[in-house]
Formats: sequence, structure tokens, C-alpha cells
Amino acid sequence: MGYVTGVGLTPFGKLPGRTTLDLMSEAAAAALADAELERADVDGLLCAYSTTFPHLMLSTTFVEHFGLNPAYAHSVLVGGATGFAMAMLAHTLVEARVARNVLVVAGENRLTAQSRDAAVQTLAQVGHSEYEVPLGATIPAYYALVASRYMHEHGTTEADLAELAVLMRRNAMRHPGAQFREPVTAQEVLSSKPIASPLKLLDCCPVSDGGVAFVIGREPTSAARVRIRGAGQAHTHQYVTGAPSLTQFGAKASVERALGRAAIELSDVRYAAIYDSFTITLTILLEEIGLAARGQAGDKVRGGYFDRDGPLPLNTHGGLLSYGHCGAGGAMAHLVEAQLQMTGRAAGRQVKDASVALLHGDGGVLSSHCSLVMETQ
Amino acid sequence: MTNASALRDWTTGGEGIAFQSCRACSHRWYFRREFCPRCGSDWPSDQQASGLGTVHAVTLVTRAPSEELRVHAPYLIVLVDADEGFRLMAHGARELRIGARVRCRYISFGGRLIPFFDLA
Repeated sequence: MGYVTGVGLTPFGKLPGRTTLDLMSEAAAAALADAELERADVDGLLCAYSTTFPHLMLSTTFVEHFGLNPAYAHSVLVGGATGFAMAMLAHTLVEARVARNVLVVAGENRLTAQSRDAAVQTLAQVGHSEYEVPLGATIPAYYALVASRYMHEHGTTEADLAELAVLMRRNAMRHPGAQFREPVTAQEVLSSKPIASPLKLLDCCPVSDGGVAFVIGREPTSAARVRIRGAGQAHTHQYVTGAPSLTQFGAKASVERALGRAAIELSDVRYAAIYDSFTITLTILLEEIGLAARGQAGDKVRGGYFDRDGPLPLNTHGGLLSYGHCGAGGAMAHLVEAQLQMTGRAAGRQVKDASVALLHGDGGVLSSHCSLVMETQ
Repeated sequence: MTNASALRDWTTGGEGIAFQSCRACSHRWYFRREFCPRCGSDWPSDQQASGLGTVHAVTLVTRAPSEELRVHAPYLIVLVDADEGFRLMAHGARELRIGARVRCRYISFGGRLIPFFDLA
């Protein structure tokens, strides 16, 4: 099994003057220090992608820049699911004895390197170039289409969605690295600027600069005793137009595979790290995984179930919605926070019991799914 | 059965919606390809849609992706279940709601022709 031996996370937000390689390097150095490893100990490297530095060979570019000499290296690209997919692969590589210490790293100056329009247009390209993008569709629009159908079938309201944005902001207020730390109310979410109905500005994660890294090792190399116990994936479509359903996605199958490999039940989970690109994303994933009944996620948040001191703490760093979203690194911050919680190092955010964590991410328009079960030893 | 070259399709500048069906397994789909994505048969049939359907999902886009499209905003994007049994993305009239019966016409958007649905 792969141990998460070290983690590194930069603040997210506006980090002017920092390039993709700067942010990757800063996070990688922090993760290696946390794992008590030197560069020479890294024999595996997994990188993601950067929309602001679209190099064909990002992993070997990073090998040269950071000063590594790994026996195994390449990039992984499944959008928002990339971070957890890299963790799953690193876990598989150490189990197969292909590598001993796999460095997983992503970073991007997505906010300051380009205009807001450029970021919106780049991301919209996950849609179909002939059948969707020419219609002026954007990532928020793709998710908004899903939201309209999901809410129609399950009775979710815009006020329900707002609760998730409020919770993520409340969590982010306890993290000094979060992009947004001012409190928001459900009313403020509801009256924020319309983007693509039913989604408003505060239903959407921001665009951020940031870097994130972790080390997955065959054995512990530091005091951390957190291991990946099971992992799973599911991939059902790419484009929202071609999705088999707008109310049932691959999340359920992905989580079932991860739980099955970990040989645990959903009820054993004590901490949840769930992808939250939009409030509707988090709502659907919580409900499809089974952490809330269909149509009930908002109510469950209102009742305090996912609070830091509630029965199942969720994204205690503030998630994509408030910690921020720098691309592939976005979900990796969820994993970093889970590892900090599981090692008792989450400072003022520390939860009582994070001994078993479930992580789930999606890429595209709920297209690619990857789930991880992590446990403390 | 229709000859592909005679089909009108908005993605190639024509006033129409083309789709494909499988001669082997009867599956129908929207995005052009040379084989059936369900059974793998490599002899799909190109078809012309009637332009009639039912609204499956809807969003009003206020934040357009570019300066060029900003003049059109807000615009309504819909997913429509075509009567022929495939789903497509298009624009639609502001009053459209999920479940509405709709009929297609074509409008100019961002310098090209796109499908636009009104209440049938």
C-alpha cells in the first residue's frame, strides 16, 4: 500500500510573478521536506498539466528544472480528477515495486498569467469543439445544464446549493492560505452575480494561482502514518451532450470500487474530501456517493452534519469554492488537507477523528471520476 | 437512408441537424463518427432530424466567454431530446422550461448559424 509520506501546499489566490514551474517547485520542495526525503530519493514523478504552460513533456521539464533523476515519469490528464488519479497511480506503482518514492506535483499561475476571458475560454474547451463550444457554452454552463435537470428531478433549490458555498467559506476562514476568507451568508450567495442559471458567482469556484505536491512511498519515511487503502475510477463520457444521464454519474461506481478494494463500508468513513468546482458538483457527488440522500445535501449541511465538529467533516480547508482552484492542483489540496487532518497537524481546523478518509474527484462535466480511501495506521 | 453529402447540418453551415443511426443495432447518436459507438459496426447511416424535440435541461448564460459573444448575452442554452432519439445542445427562447415541446429554426450567433428552439 502507498503511504502519503509528505505534503506541500502553497497559498492559493493571486501570486503575481510566479510561473507554473515556480509553483510546482515550491510545493515539491515542501512535500519532500515534509516526507524527510532528498531529491535523490525520488525515483518516480507524476505531473499533471498547466493551461498557462502547455508543454508536451511537463514531467521531464520538471525533472530538469527541479533537479531529479527518476526511473519513472510522465503526466496524467483527466481534468479535475487528475490529482486523485495520480495518487491512485502512485499507490499502484509503489505496490508493484516500480518505484519507492513517487513525487506527485501540480501547479499553475492560472489567475495572474492570463485574462479572465482567456481562462474561461481555455476551460470551455473540455466541451465539444464543433457541437458545444460554438454555442457560447462555458464550464459553468455545462454544469448549469446538469444542475437544472438534477434540481428538476430531486427538488434541490438554489438555497440548498448556497448552503454548500457558505460551509466551504466558513472552513476557509480557518486556513491562512485560502483565497477567500471573508464570511458569506446564504443570502449573499443567492444574490451574487448571475453566471449561468441556476449558478451564481458564489456557486462557482474561483480561478487561482497555486501549487500542490505530495509524496507516495512504499514505506513511511516520516512520522506520518497515512496510507492509501483502496482506490477506484469510473469514466462514462466526456461531453455533457453525450452523458448517459444528467442525474446519475460515475461517482457511485468509482467509490464502490475504492471501498471494495479497501474492504470497508461507507459508514466507516470519518472525513470526506469531495470535489466542489460548483455547489451543484458537491451536491451531486455527496448524494450520489450516498453521504446524503437525493435532494437532501443542503438540509444536511444546514443541520451541521458536515461541520468541522460534526459527524462527517468535509473539505476543512475550504475546498475549491473558497481555498481556490489552480487546475490539477485544486483537488490535490483536498488530499493535503486530509493528510494533515489524519496526522493531527491541521492546527485550528483539526477534527476529532479523521482516521478513515474518503476522497472523490471528477473531471470534465462529471465525466472522469476517481476515488481514494485513506487510513491512519 | 440519406446520402451524407446531401444532409444539411449546422456544424457545416447548413440549416439542419444531422445525426447517425446504426444499421446493425439501431442505436442513434449525434456526434459524427465512422462507426457505431455501441456495437462497433462500421456502416452507420446518416440521417436528417425533423427539428422537433423536448427540452431536457436549460441554462441562461449571463457570463459569455468572449467580447465577441458578450453582445448576445444573456442567451439560453438548452439540451433537447430530439424526437429521433438523440440529444443535442442548442439555443432557445427565454420562456423554455424543462419538458417543453420545441421546434428548431436557425439563427446567427458569433458569425455562424446555430440551432435555436422555440415552443412547438
